[in-house]
Amino acid sequence: MTMRTSNSRNLNIYRILFAFLALAMLSACDSSENLGGPRRITYWEKWSGFESEAAEKVVARFNEIERTKAKSESGYRPIEVKYVSVARIEQKLLVAIAGGNPPDVAGAYTLMLYPYVDKGAVLDLTPMLKKAGISRDQFLPSVWDLGRYHGRQWALPTTPATTALHWNRRLFSEAGFDPDIAPRTIEELDHYAERMTKWEVIGPNGASEIRTGYCPEIPDENKRLLQVGFLPSEPNWWNYAWGNYFGGDLMSDTGEVTTLSPENIRAYEWVASFSRKLGVQNVQRFVSGFGNFSSPQNAFMSGKIAMEIQGVWMYNFIENYAPGMKWGVAPFPHPEKSPQLQSTTFVDADLIMIPKGSANPDEAFEFIKYLMSQEGMELLCLGHRKFSSLIAVSENFYRDHPHPYIRIFRDLALSSNRVSSSKTGIWAEYRREMSNAVGRIQNLNVSPRDGLTEVQSRITNAEQRNQMMLTRRGLSK
Amino acid sequence: MNSRRLTGLLFCLPWFIGFGVFMLYPMVAALYYSLSDYSVLLPPVFIGFDNYIELFSDDIFWKSLNNTVVYASGAVLLSMLTSLTLALLLNSRVRGMAFYRTVFFLPTLMPVVAGSILWMWMYTGDGGIINTFLETVGITGPAWLADPRFAKPALILMAVWGAGHAMVILLAGLQDIPEHLYEAALLDGANWWHRLIHVTLPMITPVIYFNLIIGIIGSLQVFTQAFIMTGSTGSPERSTLFYVLRLYNVAFQDLRMGYACAMAWILFILVLGLTMIMHRTSARWVNYER
Repeated sequence: MTMRTSNSRNLNIYRILFAFLALAMLSACDSSENLGGPRRITYWEKWSGFESEAAEKVVARFNEIERTKAKSESGYRPIEVKYVSVARIEQKLLVAIAGGNPPDVAGAYTLMLYPYVDKGAVLDLTPMLKKAGISRDQFLPSVWDLGRYHGRQWALPTTPATTALHWNRRLFSEAGFDPDIAPRTIEELDHYAERMTKWEVIGPNGASEIRTGYCPEIPDENKRLLQVGFLPSEPNWWNYAWGNYFGGDLMSDTGEVTTLSPENIRAYEWVASFSRKLGVQNVQRFVSGFGNFSSPQNAFMSGKIAMEIQGVWMYNFIENYAPGMKWGVAPFPHPEKSPQLQSTTFVDADLIMIPKGSANPDEAFEFIKYLMSQEGMELLCLGHRKFSSLIAVSENFYRDHPHPYIRIFRDLALSSNRVSSSKTGIWAEYRREMSNAVGRIQNLNVSPRDGLTEVQSRITNAEQRNQMMLTRRGLSK
Repeated sequence: MNSRRLTGLLFCLPWFIGFGVFMLYPMVAALYYSLSDYSVLLPPVFIGFDNYIELFSDDIFWKSLNNTVVYASGAVLLSMLTSLTLALLLNSRVRGMAFYRTVFFLPTLMPVVAGSILWMWMYTGDGGIINTFLETVGITGPAWLADPRFAKPALILMAVWGAGHAMVILLAGLQDIPEHLYEAALLDGANWWHRLIHVTLPMITPVIYFNLIIGIIGSLQVFTQAFIMTGSTGSPERSTLFYVLRLYNVAFQDLRMGYACAMAWILFILVLGLTMIMHRTSARWVNYER
């Protein structure tokens, strides 16, 4: 190789490298910020499927309104929202905020909000809301309060949800109950549950027959569950919340951990009673045969479970997977001796917030304002087939609503016995600890008192640790 | 610096950059974060060894470590035995051997997520294929993934599913054994057992050693199967809460990245230590033809 060819080769390599660098720099300078053009903002949302489609419609409507406004007002630069459906938003938003490049506005779960606020990752909306005249009295208070933490408003509700007892009318009729009337007390629920529990029993001659009730006299090896009236572990989504139905709570209003309360112990005694009546292994085998939640093999929709707690969204799934099913909705029963606990419900909502570091918070808030208007809210909530977060609704909203029981869910949001996620930065950990303890209680491997004692001590420590973290950073409220 | 060296370095640069950005920097950063209170959303605050001190007194940490060690021992042993047996069988001269080799390798090509969902169905307590089979021989099978006594063994049993990889490598090792060694053994009157113990196994110890190390490293990081089949809480009753699953919970659910980084470094040191011990002891049982 002569010196000359080696040099020209080197030169070529440098040229290629330079070309790459130039390309990289060009693509980095994507500031096509055209002064007369629309003000573009990015909106991340966690929905998929028809829920996402509904949100896209709302975004399209907002963009249209903005364009019309720009046409009539000379010099007005319209806002243009770019909608992005993001899977596992809790992780991606975290990374985007930490990396200093978050979306301008984002959907969030309540579970995410409080730890995010603790860590200063969310914009305080309070002053903006005051200026815009948006206040608590326009909303269902329980739903509004989900975005409230330490006396400030960090997020607003988009689509709200409450939970209620769902029952299968056919199985009620088969058991001889009035299919229109649900049990009103826990004691009634127990009675209904027993009557709607069915076994396949193998007799001494090998022939099988169907028996109703808990059948404690028949040994486990000779019987197999076919249908259960009620099972606290199906679905297992609010296994931490049973205490609320008995007057307990996981955290006091002042933030003390109250796992080990007589009400909670009583609730989990009741939960464990189903394992005792049905047999732990019988239940495990029965439950492991359930299909996916969103499938026709869903335990409730396929008639394996006669009653369960579900949220306002269940209607969508029934429509999809069991369209002919006859079902009913009523507030979840309360203990007979505690009538003051009637209409206990779990309130939750999808939230919308502006992440700290949002490049266009004012434009983002304009979009939120539209979502909180009657038009925007109803467009979205009707698309999701949920009730509105707002008190005021248009005349036709509930009349045209496809959900046959939508008013029950809406009224539950106003119930005095509504409960929500505990507002603490360690809620995810609390839920995991509860889930583990409840699993052990259901398997009868620990008594409710001992299981809850363990959670109480672990979460008290975790809460102290969290407070220490906040104090260390001067974020303690 | 002469121009040839510069050219060489330039060609290596992509690797250096890749290694630096994606391996070295994250590792060093994780080490620093492990000594900090770090929530991702806020800049890290140095707290010395507090994370490590808390870890060692955290009984869930020990539980997850214990689960992982039990899983790794079981899974590595089982998949080694399976792959070795299969490789020995597939090393014989039988008609249609290429077909069998393909069939036994096929499961490894299936994505872990798909495989996990398939096994979930197989493990179904009521009407699952495994329990249906057990019933025909008069055994009432448990609800495998719901019973805390059976969930971990069920996941270990699944390890046979991934034995195909090791099997192919072992098979290559088996085919490398010179024929004349077997001939000599036959002349000395060795039966098949003697030939297996004294010729075959010693000759493939380097391959076994390699598979062992890869298997241990892989199974200590078990995550996907448990995440899909028994959930991120490691249910039932934390019996399938493996180390990396716990790390994931702490990092992404609790936003305690510093604590999670401390866990990651302990796992790294553990894997490094195990590999070093194996490397040191390998001289005693691994035969390299010299």
